[in-house]
Amino acid sequence: MSAGGETIVIGAGHNGLVAANYLAKAGHKVLVLEACEQPGGAATTEEIAPGYRAPACAHLLFHLDPAVVRELQLERHGLRYANKALATVVLDRDGRHLVIDGVPEGLGGRVVSAVDQRAWADMGSSLRRFAGVLAGFLAKTPPRLGSKHWADRRTLLELGWKTRRLGRLEMQEFLRIVLSNVADLVEDEIEDPLLQTAIAFDAVLGGAVGPRSPGTVLALLYRLTGDGAGLPATRSLPQGGVGALTQAMVDALREAGGVVRCGARVACLRIENDRASGVVLDSGEEIAARCVLSNADPRRSFLELVGAQHLDAEFADRAAQIRMKGATAKLNLALSAPPRFTGLPEPRHAERLLIAPSIDDMESAFNPLKYGELPEAPPLEIVVPSLSDPSLAPGGAHILSAVVQYVPYGLKAGWEASRGDFQERLLTLLESYAPGLKDSVVAAQLLTPADIEQRLGTTGGHWHHGELAVDQMLMLRPLYGAAQYDTPIGGFYLCGAGAHPGGDLMGTAGRNAARRALEREGAQ
Amino acid sequence: MIIRRSTPGALHREAARHTPFHPCTSAFCLANEWVGWAGYTVPNVYGDVAYEYFAVRNQLGVLDLSPLSKYRVGGADAEAFMNRLLTRDIRKVAPGRVAYAIWCNDEGHVIDDGTVFRLGAQDFRISCQEHQLGWLSRSAIGFDVHIEDETAALGVLAVQGPTSCAVLKRAGFGGIETLKPFDVRDFDLPGFTLTVSRTGFTGDLGYELWVADRDAVDLWDLLFEAGALHDPRPVGLAALDMLRLEAGFMVTNTDFVSAELALRRNRGRTPFEIGLERLVDFDKGHFTGRRALVEAQRRGPRSVIVGLEIEHNKPAGDALVYLGGKKQVGHVTSAMWSSTCKRNIALATLDARTAQIPDPDLRVEIYVKKELKWHRLMARAKITDRRFFDPERRRATPPGDF
Repeated sequence: MSAGGETIVIGAGHNGLVAANYLAKAGHKVLVLEACEQPGGAATTEEIAPGYRAPACAHLLFHLDPAVVRELQLERHGLRYANKALATVVLDRDGRHLVIDGVPEGLGGRVVSAVDQRAWADMGSSLRRFAGVLAGFLAKTPPRLGSKHWADRRTLLELGWKTRRLGRLEMQEFLRIVLSNVADLVEDEIEDPLLQTAIAFDAVLGGAVGPRSPGTVLALLYRLTGDGAGLPATRSLPQGGVGALTQAMVDALREAGGVVRCGARVACLRIENDRASGVVLDSGEEIAARCVLSNADPRRSFLELVGAQHLDAEFADRAAQIRMKGATAKLNLALSAPPRFTGLPEPRHAERLLIAPSIDDMESAFNPLKYGELPEAPPLEIVVPSLSDPSLAPGGAHILSAVVQYVPYGLKAGWEASRGDFQERLLTLLESYAPGLKDSVVAAQLLTPADIEQRLGTTGGHWHHGELAVDQMLMLRPLYGAAQYDTPIGGFYLCGAGAHPGGDLMGTAGRNAARRALEREGAQ
Repeated sequence: MIIRRSTPGALHREAARHTPFHPCTSAFCLANEWVGWAGYTVPNVYGDVAYEYFAVRNQLGVLDLSPLSKYRVGGADAEAFMNRLLTRDIRKVAPGRVAYAIWCNDEGHVIDDGTVFRLGAQDFRISCQEHQLGWLSRSAIGFDVHIEDETAALGVLAVQGPTSCAVLKRAGFGGIETLKPFDVRDFDLPGFTLTVSRTGFTGDLGYELWVADRDAVDLWDLLFEAGALHDPRPVGLAALDMLRLEAGFMVTNTDFVSAELALRRNRGRTPFEIGLERLVDFDKGHFTGRRALVEAQRRGPRSVIVGLEIEHNKPAGDALVYLGGKKQVGHVTSAMWSSTCKRNIALATLDARTAQIPDPDLRVEIYVKKELKWHRLMARAKITDRRFFDPERRRATPPGDF
């Protein structure tokens, strides 16, 4: 057995790296073990064809915790932005696009009525106020339910107090909508179908929920707590692709004395006297540790790394029941020429582009997911990062990255039989908005939830390590009995997106987990 | 894990089932007094409850316990599964042996008790009062085990009383006298094979016979023919309730509430609170409820179950227990006049603090009805060993040839 780091972090995804950084800065000797050949997890840049570098999974920053950027000095470690404030464009097949860049603005003949403009502004400000209630909560360890500890009670009281401080009418409105579905919310106030989907998209991104699924407003509020590059609800692209974010984290960690070891897949935890005492790698190698943090998803963390034999039956059952079947795929295209979306001015091609014609179209695309089938016209979030950062593709050529909603993890027909057809369906869909795109495709990469599970080791290939739903959020994330980063096993902590607050390239879970581990284990 | 179910899911939406012994029990059940048990119906009283009770203490009683829930657990992780399920160390139970065991939920509250038969290295049978397939299935997550619900497939006949060994010997159970308490063994009889364990719920010498449902009637007939000289008597559940109380055995949901049925979180009971701390092994590795029980042991029990000996001869069923005649400190959960012990006995739940007082002044409030008129008695009670009846013949191997 090698006497490895005294603190081991399993998984070099962004949250694992964030946690490792904080622990290393506090004096821990940190070893990060990564199963893949390169660090970064869902935030990596990968060559999909010679000279074409695409974001393997996530492709935008919009929820990154500013405290993480500041405290880890990520900008000093090389984090630069190629584009700091992407607008959102909801594409229209006939070229009457909607641009949201501070205010909703019609493009190519689209008229956004004054009533809609006002409703959109009002909804935005009240949603942001409601999100403000949650915002402070995200950076805290969620309170333990039924706890008598002062800190737990204070956190709960603060949430109550912040809700109450909205004022009576606002609080009523908050409580009215917080558990409802986003389709009802936007259809009540807004008429323009593209303005509706622009809001609804953020409520379902990465989840196995349609705009009419209950609880989607809460997921939307969660997103609105984001602080993309300092501007609420804007998106940014790091220079060098999303992988540059985790690369900066790796550099910061190295400076703090931490070590990242790739190609080292952890098979299980070593547990002695109900306490983590190290890990065992797939190779059989054992590495001792004083404490272990897992950035793996909660189900794998508990049922594989710890093992049910070390857990109580109800707890293991809850871990097995976490809803975490991925519903989101990724399409990366290497293009020999820049894409040309009908009626979209050239500079706007660098923005965040959405294909989601109406709430009903989104919901219709969600329906087949329930039966393990593929959608006809899935909602897409498209970025052409090479327009902002030409280093990502050879001269004149481009990268198109699309997040594809409602792609089942357990496809009934099997992926082998369907992969080609589905990729073709996506290209045809894109072609209908950007004629000529198909002919310029040099290479294509489709990552289904099953592929993501295989590559990243995330059970179910879920982008957020578990659905962002009210019964799996806050003091119930990932599950009752382990929602405070620490687990039933002493010295074993969760630091990934499965823990509070949740998914997106955020880093808050890693930061909170490191703080909890330092409270328990002490700084060095 | 693989789960196979044989009992229906929604028991109360179908008529109570008959056990494999029903053709025999119904022929004997002159009182026609039946009782529901886990979806089945079995005789509560065949004719006269006192007669049936004395049959077990003095000769031989035969009880149809087929409604017992029975689960077979096998697979590569069967031992690991059992050890994580139960609070005791099943690794110390050798194949061919039976163990009394309890299992707890995450909070360390007892769900049910039962007997665990170790039939092989990775082959177990769990037998208990209530349905447990749901709990076993949840507990099977992460283990390579298959669990088969054998409740319907197996009939259970308890053969209990001083002459039980003699009758089984006559019936052709060769070598039965070498079976030690808590041994289990297969026996070949002409026409069928069955499993016999030297176990029981009566506190007397006795055996339990586990037989395929199709052979149940043959087994019954064989016993009653072979035992004719010893006059075996069918015994109902009402008498069994008296017999088990004399032996000091608790019944889940009578003497303590199962964690599965407790609506209020604090009503569940830890093993320390029902006198079963000997069944908790903290040194064997993890089991469900262990972390909560370590904490519970540190805090100490909130209440305890004790045996009470009460003055007079009026049974103290459901009575409240007072300290110094005033302060209510507990309640009786089971009570009877023990004809065998000539004592008025009870099981009671008492505040843990009261139970620690040396020789506390306990009074039991008994209501007695005489010709439709109620009388209230404040009877003195003293805490006593709850194994009220514990005869040597229960343990002797070979058993006496009565």
